[in-house]
Amino acid sequence: MLTAVLLLILLPPMVAQDLCKDSTDGFKVRLSIKTALGDNAYDWNESEMFLFQSTLAFAMRRHTEQDTYNIANILVCNNTPRVSFVFVVTSPDDPTKLIPKEQVEEAVRKSKHRINSAFLLSDMTLEFIGIPPTLATPITYDTPPWLIVFGVVIGAVAVGILALLMSTVSKRRRAKNKDAGFAEEDDGRVKENGTALSSLGGKDGVYNQAFSNDDRFTQL
Amino acid sequence: MDTASEASSAQDRPKWDNKVQYLLTCIGFAVGLGNVWRFPYLCQIYGGGAFLIPYLIALVFEGLPLLYLELAIGQSLRKGSIGVWHSISPLLGGVGVASMFLSFLVGLFYNMILAWVLWYFFHSFEEPLPWSRCPVNDNNTGYVEECVLSTPVNYYWYRQTLNISPDIEQSGSLQWWLVLCLASAWSIVYICFIRGIETIGKAVYVTATFPYLVLTIFIVRALTLPGATDGLRYLFTPDWTLLMDPQVWLDAATQIFFSLSLAFGGLIAFSSYNPKKNNCERDAVLVGCINSATSLYASIPIFAILGFKATSNFNSCVDGNILDLTNAFDIADKNITSENYQNWLTYLNSSDPDKVSSLNLKHCDLQNFLDQSASGTGLAFIVFTEAVTEMPGSQVWAVLFFVMLFSLGLSSMFGNLEGVLTPLLDLHMVPKWMPKELFTGLICVLSFLVALIFTLGSGNYWLEIFNSYVGSVPLLVIAFFEIIGVVCFYGMKQFSDDIEHMTGRRPNLYWRVCWMGISPLMLLVVLVAYVAVQVQKHPTYPTWDPKYENFPESEVKPYSDWVFAICVLLSSVPVLSIPIVAVYRLIRRQTRSQTGTGYPNPYSNRAFAPDAQTESFKAL
Repeated sequence: MLTAVLLLILLPPMVAQDLCKDSTDGFKVRLSIKTALGDNAYDWNESEMFLFQSTLAFAMRRHTEQDTYNIANILVCNNTPRVSFVFVVTSPDDPTKLIPKEQVEEAVRKSKHRINSAFLLSDMTLEFIGIPPTLATPITYDTPPWLIVFGVVIGAVAVGILALLMSTVSKRRRAKNKDAGFAEEDDGRVKENGTALSSLGGKDGVYNQAFSNDDRFTQL
Repeated sequence: MDTASEASSAQDRPKWDNKVQYLLTCIGFAVGLGNVWRFPYLCQIYGGGAFLIPYLIALVFEGLPLLYLELAIGQSLRKGSIGVWHSISPLLGGVGVASMFLSFLVGLFYNMILAWVLWYFFHSFEEPLPWSRCPVNDNNTGYVEECVLSTPVNYYWYRQTLNISPDIEQSGSLQWWLVLCLASAWSIVYICFIRGIETIGKAVYVTATFPYLVLTIFIVRALTLPGATDGLRYLFTPDWTLLMDPQVWLDAATQIFFSLSLAFGGLIAFSSYNPKKNNCERDAVLVGCINSATSLYASIPIFAILGFKATSNFNSCVDGNILDLTNAFDIADKNITSENYQNWLTYLNSSDPDKVSSLNLKHCDLQNFLDQSASGTGLAFIVFTEAVTEMPGSQVWAVLFFVMLFSLGLSSMFGNLEGVLTPLLDLHMVPKWMPKELFTGLICVLSFLVALIFTLGSGNYWLEIFNSYVGSVPLLVIAFFEIIGVVCFYGMKQFSDDIEHMTGRRPNLYWRVCWMGISPLMLLVVLVAYVAVQVQKHPTYPTWDPKYENFPESEVKPYSDWVFAICVLLSSVPVLSIPIVAVYRLIRRQTRSQTGTGYPNPYSNRAFAPDAQTESFKAL
């Protein structure tokens, strides 16, 4: 009698253990808490396992949209100090039947971010062996940032080139105007040909003191 | 030349605003990308501190004499390279033509490197840096395979920057992003060149000094990184046995030669804008010593950062092994650390050796990682960019690094382009109606169009060809003819007189011995040895081929015949102008002396006929 009672009490967990250990529908989970959190790492204990089971049940509920999943449906075994373990999900209608691997994978994938956040971990530190993490979609820009920098640089250079060319052109034009203007000033009086003598100014010329009009001594 | 036309040409010829601009321009021309990415590599592979001995010997006996020679003839003859050599001897006019041709070809590929630097610079503002991680493939299931097999920095350089084709035969198409970068590089060069040395002189205040500032910042940052001392020790530990290897001496001589940017004609052009009485001896010694000092100064942060990178790689390697062991044996997280890794490994190996060997743990050796040396574009765009991603605040360091590379290259481009423009302007090959700005712009546009071959899929392979064949043997040949030309054709006495007129004293024994004996001999030996070494090995080139079975190792392929023919042409055509012009002038001279009435004698005055009266007077 006693054995029968004992068997009855121990059977479900044993069956559960068998379901978990022998099944091919289970996933191995690996957590690297110390790597992720360093000094703020928490210890892995029964309560944390309880949280894990509840998040997984939540993931199944979310995916299948059945509110019948419970912690009892998540069976865990093969605990190691790593921290790693294997889990399987039983159907809420029939505890001896397991949910197929693909369904569990889809459920986990859908809620991976929520599961990660519950444990303050990331895709690298909370691994489901066999479920590759969905990579974040790369950010797509309307204009790639490098084109913006390129535009700024080439715009500045183009403005610089234009400014320098304009200043060279205007300098040349001013120099040409000065020459033309100079010639125009003398045009009014006498038709000069631009020789050095004409720039000395005045029709009277310059008095050359070396030449003396005094012809006292030149008479022979 | 009579004094009037001499005075007018002196007025027309542009001048430096002050001595500092001239010195900074020469230093900027000499200090280029090679100081940063070639000298540290040579130092590393040739036994660290021991390499400095052949390097300094080459500087003293080959570099400084040639540098002084170029600056002196430019300053005294006051013309660009073609004019100078024509003045020394019409037979040697070809030397100037060769210099000009060479400056043009080197300028083409050098600016392509600057275009790559600009591309990386534009991307250095992105968060995270695009070369730090692999891109995700199309359906978001994983990373791009080519990137996973190699590394993110390699993938970024070969695929996303160059989009390189598997070999040189397959040209691929023009990569539009590289065309844009090349256009910006040439525009920046043009804006600095627009008014000749007026604008260059202002630009070099920034481009010549900024690299020193960045190098100092990098030294301070690099020395605080973990593993920096390992890198520095590795760099400077001398290995004296390597001095027996003649290859070391050859590389030291060529490094000094190429580092000082001799034989381009740019230095001659720059010094031709100097006032006649300027101490070019002091300038030459200053520029030469600053160039070598910069090489040494640059190798310190480079090697500190390479040491840091080697240490990071080593730590990742060990961490990877630790993770494998932890996962396989389900040991608690963080129980195995890098300190007790060895103990754990021996313990696990003794308890379960099969499982350990099945993990295929990598063998991590710091020395291996330190030995991974790189030079050239590999150092800048692969090794250094990887190191930068691991430094905190990577964007800042990336931006600083690439702006420094751009300044270094831009100041060298000034010399290259000057070596092309000044001879053309001096020969009055520019039509009168064309302003100088337009001519400069035309040269820039022409160079841009020809350089578009480097933006093809096979562009990098072509650039390597240009780099090895154009930028090596022709320069040595031209330099040899330069020194022979001055010593034999111009004459040491005339040259010493010119120098005395310019600097106030005749060149001392050291200079004369070098010019007349040591330097030409050294150049000849280096030239012959270099050609002999090149000829021995069949020319091959490394390729990046994702379909190669041993990818990511690069498959080494031989050059096909038509490519090799182009290589030979590139080496020989620039220097062919030397004999061609010499022969042409010799023939002209011969024909003139034979026919006799080549040029009319300006003094013959047929109006004067000696008549009998004057004859009789003479008799008296």
